[in-house]
Amino acid sequence: MSDNENTNAVRSKMWREEPEPDNPFATRAAYIRGYDVYGEMLGNARWVDMLYMLFHSEAPTPAQADTLEALAIALANPGPRDASVHAAMCGGVCGSTAASSLMAALAVGAGQLAGGREVFLAMENWQACGTDLEAWQQRLMDPGTTPGSVWPAPEHPPGFDPHGVRTTTVVKQTLACLARYAAGTYLPWLNENLDAFEATAKAPLTLSGVAAIALADLGFSPEQGEMMHLLLRLPGAAAHALEQHPLGYKKFPFGIVELEGPELKGQS
Amino acid sequence: MNDTHEQSGPDFLQQHVGVLKSRMGAFYPGSHVVFRGHDLHVDLKDMSWPELYLFGITGRRFSPEQLTLINAIWVYTSYPDVRLWNNRVAALAGSSRSTGNLGVAAALAVSEATIYGRGIDLRAITFLINTLEKTTAGESLETAVRDELDEHRSIAGYGRPLINGDERNQHILALAKSLGLDHGPHLTLAFAVETFLFAGRWRMKMNYGGIAAALCADIGLSPQEHYQAMFPAFLAGMQPCFIEAAEKTEGTLYPLSCADICYEGVTYRSWHGAHPKAPSDMPTDSTPATPIDLP
Repeated sequence: MSDNENTNAVRSKMWREEPEPDNPFATRAAYIRGYDVYGEMLGNARWVDMLYMLFHSEAPTPAQADTLEALAIALANPGPRDASVHAAMCGGVCGSTAASSLMAALAVGAGQLAGGREVFLAMENWQACGTDLEAWQQRLMDPGTTPGSVWPAPEHPPGFDPHGVRTTTVVKQTLACLARYAAGTYLPWLNENLDAFEATAKAPLTLSGVAAIALADLGFSPEQGEMMHLLLRLPGAAAHALEQHPLGYKKFPFGIVELEGPELKGQS
Repeated sequence: MNDTHEQSGPDFLQQHVGVLKSRMGAFYPGSHVVFRGHDLHVDLKDMSWPELYLFGITGRRFSPEQLTLINAIWVYTSYPDVRLWNNRVAALAGSSRSTGNLGVAAALAVSEATIYGRGIDLRAITFLINTLEKTTAGESLETAVRDELDEHRSIAGYGRPLINGDERNQHILALAKSLGLDHGPHLTLAFAVETFLFAGRWRMKMNYGGIAAALCADIGLSPQEHYQAMFPAFLAGMQPCFIEAAEKTEGTLYPLSCADICYEGVTYRSWHGAHPKAPSDMPTDSTPATPIDLP
């Protein structure tokens, strides 16, 4: 039976497996883009080489691998103030399952405020505007909406902080570090033109904004960039969820609810 | 840097530290629970779950006929078929010996798809509400449909991934008729769109997402309310898929052999020397890989 006739087949341009001689369901060798993962890459390749090749047809250049690794460090822990980590801690603090804590982090970290969708939209903007400040001005003035989308209409320019006062030190440090690798054109340009760029949005750049630029420079599509941002922020969510478990809910913020309007309307 | 207005900035955030203002509700431990301004255990205690669910979404009450219809919209699309992609997630969780809660929660999450489920619900009801406004204002149906096709390349609520036509429609329509809820303007419009699309080159019939959106729009649900209301639509079909997979021998749902990966990529190439970062003196004890010949 050819692959085309096999209705059970999963098609892939990235992954191939060879079976053990005595078991068609056991893997003897696995290949990513033609490279032998366990026979040759293991012990020789970096984690970011593998990560990059899952999304690209070729291995990264040293500059690309270094950029991706630095970005992974910058994104690894959004910290307990971040909403996605907060969500993971809500799981951890009451003993929810590990996966549910990460699912919580993914759901919250998927959004348009510091999340995956924000990275997607920011990367679309970079694709459309590049380093043309006039184009940015036009696009940010009229971002457009998609009627019927499951995503709410954006409330701030993607990649910028609606509550920010000025560009934070960690954002500047990340941008400067990533720009030094010169893996693409956007990061070095932005590092030189940050003030003018931020003036177009009237808001400071965020870490997710830097991530979007770095991922665009690395050749990721907006869809791939969204996935990468979701993935790379999970380690911190996992660790903070576990950290809260032994502390318990009594040492975790609960807050006070102030009801707006009459407290009880009674039966209507 | 940021535009100064009262809805943003660190001072605005500071006002929200530790205090959560809500018009939806709160629980007072040992005392009572307020649910949208009502005492849950006194005022709302006799509500059915669907009624409370819809009240939570909308803050409005619905007639028994309307509740029967919405309940049926959920019931008629609860298919315990493990092949359906969202159900399969629940079942794979069962087969992989994960938990039922994780499997079903993930299955519900993936039900927000582009070609079915919540993605379609929102687009379908938005299209019908907007098109009714446009045609009422004098725009032709053809123009409204073509505009939607130009924007989305499809009309949400028409056509179907596996087959053109929908076994659920006749049943929900019969129920709507028996409840006197089949005369609304959105439902009339939805059928007019179907007639137009089927007669044209698109050959598309209305699917269940389309008819559900029309019925819910006629009940008065907004797009966002409809989107939230449809969340449990597939739920009752998911648990059976999880349970059955969990009862069977582990790992027997959709087993794929190595040969079932239909590889369409580049042939074998050596990592050693091919990558600038690979140390050339790194020993390898791997069995030489087998090159693959592709057509």
